[in-house]
Amino acid sequence: MSELDLTLHIWRQADRRSPGKLVTYKVKGVSTHASFLEMLDILNEQLIERGEEPVAFDHDCREGICGMCSLMINGRAHGGQRATTTCQLHMRLFKNGDQIWIEPWRAHAFPVIKDLCVDRTAFDRVMAVGGFVTANCGSAPDANDLLVPKDSADHAMDAAACIGCGACVAACPNGSAMLFTAAKLAHLHHLPQGQPERMHRTHAMVSAMDAAGFGNCSNHYECEAACPKDISRDVMALLNRDYAKAAFVSRDREDKADGGRMRAG
Amino acid sequence: MTLDLDPRVPSGPIEQKWAKARFELRLVNPANKRKFKVIVVGSGLAGGAAASTLAELGYDVACFCFQDSPRRAHSIAAQGGINAAKNYQNDGDSVHRLFYDTVKGGDFRAREANVHRLAEVSVDIIDQCAAMGVPFAREYGGTLANRSFGGAQVSRTFYARGQTGQQLLLGVYSALSRQIGVGKVKMFPRTEMLDLVIDNGRAVGIVVRDLVTGAIQSHAAHAVVLATGGYGNVFFLSTNAKGCNVTATYRAYKRGAGFANPCFTQIHPTCIPVSGDYQSKLTLMSESLRNDGRVWVPKAAGDVAKHPDQITEPDRDYYLERKYPSFGNLSPRDIASRAAKEVCDEGRGVGPGGRGVYLDFRDAITRDSEDTIREKYGNLFDMYERITAENPYRVPMRIYPAVHYTMGGLWVDYNLQTTIPGLFCLGEANFSDHGANRLGASALMQGLADGYFIIPYTIGNYLAGVGSASLADPASSAFTATETELRARLDRLLAIPGSRSVDSFHKELGHLLWEGCGMARSKQSLTGALAKLPELRAEFWRDVRVLGGSDTFNQSLEKAGRLADFLEFAELMCRDALVREESCGGHFRVEHQVDGEAKRDDDKFCHAAVWEYAGEANPPVRNVEQLVFENVKLATRSYK
Repeated sequence: MSELDLTLHIWRQADRRSPGKLVTYKVKGVSTHASFLEMLDILNEQLIERGEEPVAFDHDCREGICGMCSLMINGRAHGGQRATTTCQLHMRLFKNGDQIWIEPWRAHAFPVIKDLCVDRTAFDRVMAVGGFVTANCGSAPDANDLLVPKDSADHAMDAAACIGCGACVAACPNGSAMLFTAAKLAHLHHLPQGQPERMHRTHAMVSAMDAAGFGNCSNHYECEAACPKDISRDVMALLNRDYAKAAFVSRDREDKADGGRMRAG
Repeated sequence: MTLDLDPRVPSGPIEQKWAKARFELRLVNPANKRKFKVIVVGSGLAGGAAASTLAELGYDVACFCFQDSPRRAHSIAAQGGINAAKNYQNDGDSVHRLFYDTVKGGDFRAREANVHRLAEVSVDIIDQCAAMGVPFAREYGGTLANRSFGGAQVSRTFYARGQTGQQLLLGVYSALSRQIGVGKVKMFPRTEMLDLVIDNGRAVGIVVRDLVTGAIQSHAAHAVVLATGGYGNVFFLSTNAKGCNVTATYRAYKRGAGFANPCFTQIHPTCIPVSGDYQSKLTLMSESLRNDGRVWVPKAAGDVAKHPDQITEPDRDYYLERKYPSFGNLSPRDIASRAAKEVCDEGRGVGPGGRGVYLDFRDAITRDSEDTIREKYGNLFDMYERITAENPYRVPMRIYPAVHYTMGGLWVDYNLQTTIPGLFCLGEANFSDHGANRLGASALMQGLADGYFIIPYTIGNYLAGVGSASLADPASSAFTATETELRARLDRLLAIPGSRSVDSFHKELGHLLWEGCGMARSKQSLTGALAKLPELRAEFWRDVRVLGGSDTFNQSLEKAGRLADFLEFAELMCRDALVREESCGGHFRVEHQVDGEAKRDDDKFCHAAVWEYAGEANPPVRNVEQLVFENVKLATRSYK
């Protein structure tokens, strides 16, 4: 095990309305086995020791599944290691003496709350208009009454692996949430359970995505490269096909996003 | 005894109790449900399922979580699967067998009637989740696939790759999102419950802190449901998410709710070993890996430094297969953990510090091919490699036990109500179903059972009795007095002119508890810990340094408040462990063992210990709920 001395340039911002700036810190003696967030823990301990307020950053499970951690590291969402969240990024990928730039997700729909923490509730608003199958608890038939081909279940699972971290939005030059929204749709639309509400769901979630302030997709596919769960861009093709169809079938219905009252598409 | 510990279990044969209860529980008519407000704290499998289901029924629900979205609750980290007595595999499973396995797995310290109900509703959970679009693993014919888990000899575990908890939680979150969208659930993310409010002996609301603005706010309701998870983070290092804490349940305890069996903590056998002092959490490797991985250490202590490939078959000790031939590598968690500690204590542990054992997939890869193993466990292998920089397809994993789950929690009756009327407790936060040891894939089952299928019936029984006009006023003195106390506490934390960080105290608490009340406990270790805890607590309040303000986003202040509660709660754990002069499940008292196996004392301890807060100046009072086993014969647990 070896140790690293690093120079960090970290975005500090007191709250949503205050201007922020990059502040430079030195951190010494970081084990190469430490995770990136543990490196920030070490920095924060040193800041507290000096009487400076520690850097605020979001994190929770620290095993790559909750989607709470974020961070643009040297301009790359989650640091740029393929299929890896920031909490699973380890310091062995860095060299002694490295300079590291650490910033929050930057997107119109994700305002900064403090330092490196952003508000991602826009994702929840997209979900609330259609990211579900309308199936009240207690109304389900026996699970094996509905056969789901293994391929369909696997494709659904590939899309459902999305952790809602927002790296796709942060990586996109337009701040688009296409990959997130498309992954949510693809999860349900690869399954028979998702079919009855398919068209309305597509229309409602895309509308909510636009209303939340996310930008348009212009096919850069930075989202796919940044995704810590390897969600494929193919889900966006599915979204686009369904959205075109939904434009026809939803013409004769109220288009407002009224999640709980959705009818078959 | 001053607490009312009547479990309110319906009479009659165990197979008919839940049906009987459902008929006898009072109902709230559909038009009146909207007049009742219910607060749900926590948005994991138990809390999220309760919030969405109560809203579907028509109740007016407010749901709170400290994360930035309900989708991030720690249920999401569960990997391996969820048990259900479907018997889809035609291998001899039944509701009764799941019930039996769970009671036995819990080492006869759970309430029979609750466990039977859990086994009954397990089958409905799978149906509901499938209908909601949870992408469970499937066979080629389209039916659901199963795998095996520890403590069972049937395949009853449903799974979604190694992300079962995530997929079940996303199902819950989608149902919750639907109710948020139609305005039936008001969601409060980044909001932490700091105290419970009682008026006239009933739970009438909570006081919370908005973690973004720092504002202290009161919320009133007809009933409060706590689904706030376990307290494993009292050890600092655990497999829990960093935010998991005991504050909600501990505050409820201080307001009069009985806290049952706090010493029942689960140490999970398959976690990635600690690598250094900077370590902030421990990562679990799913128990499902033990389906195909074989656990071993070198037979000779002299071989521990050798590369595993250089240790030939006769020189390896597959100690679980040797000691427990019928369950082998799938022995229950408490047994597998202690066995790992034992071989490491003998100097046969591998890796840095000698605190590790091998979990080896060589034979499974030879038998089934690397692709098959990748298909089953690919994401877990990837995670292992990212953390350790070792390729587990080539080199055996190194694992060691770590704190994972807490079976203890708020005492609840059959209706999941605590000793405070109007306060309910679900999921890991309560004590009821897992006794002294939880079997793998049963936590997800219990969370969803409580949230989807039990609380929707039992809460109506309470609400029907209180009437909708009884809603408290959040501007009343019961609330404002609590708000004032909480503000004073936050100000006090910020005013301490201390020198040490919150984490430095938390790590010290963790070390102290791991030594004193960890995998093996003794009278000596526990009395030692109990002597040191008040000193540590005093030092915390004298020397902690919390920077920043209270009216702003302040993560140090959040952590300091949680740690202050952990520092008090730790004492309750040690007290409970000290009085329980027996070994059972995860609670291993070194004084009570036969040939290294736990030795229960059913004459003296066949009960749940329920602790009652008696004020700052007095020690807590230990009450008991006697446990009666009428359907599973009390016997020494054997997995040999």
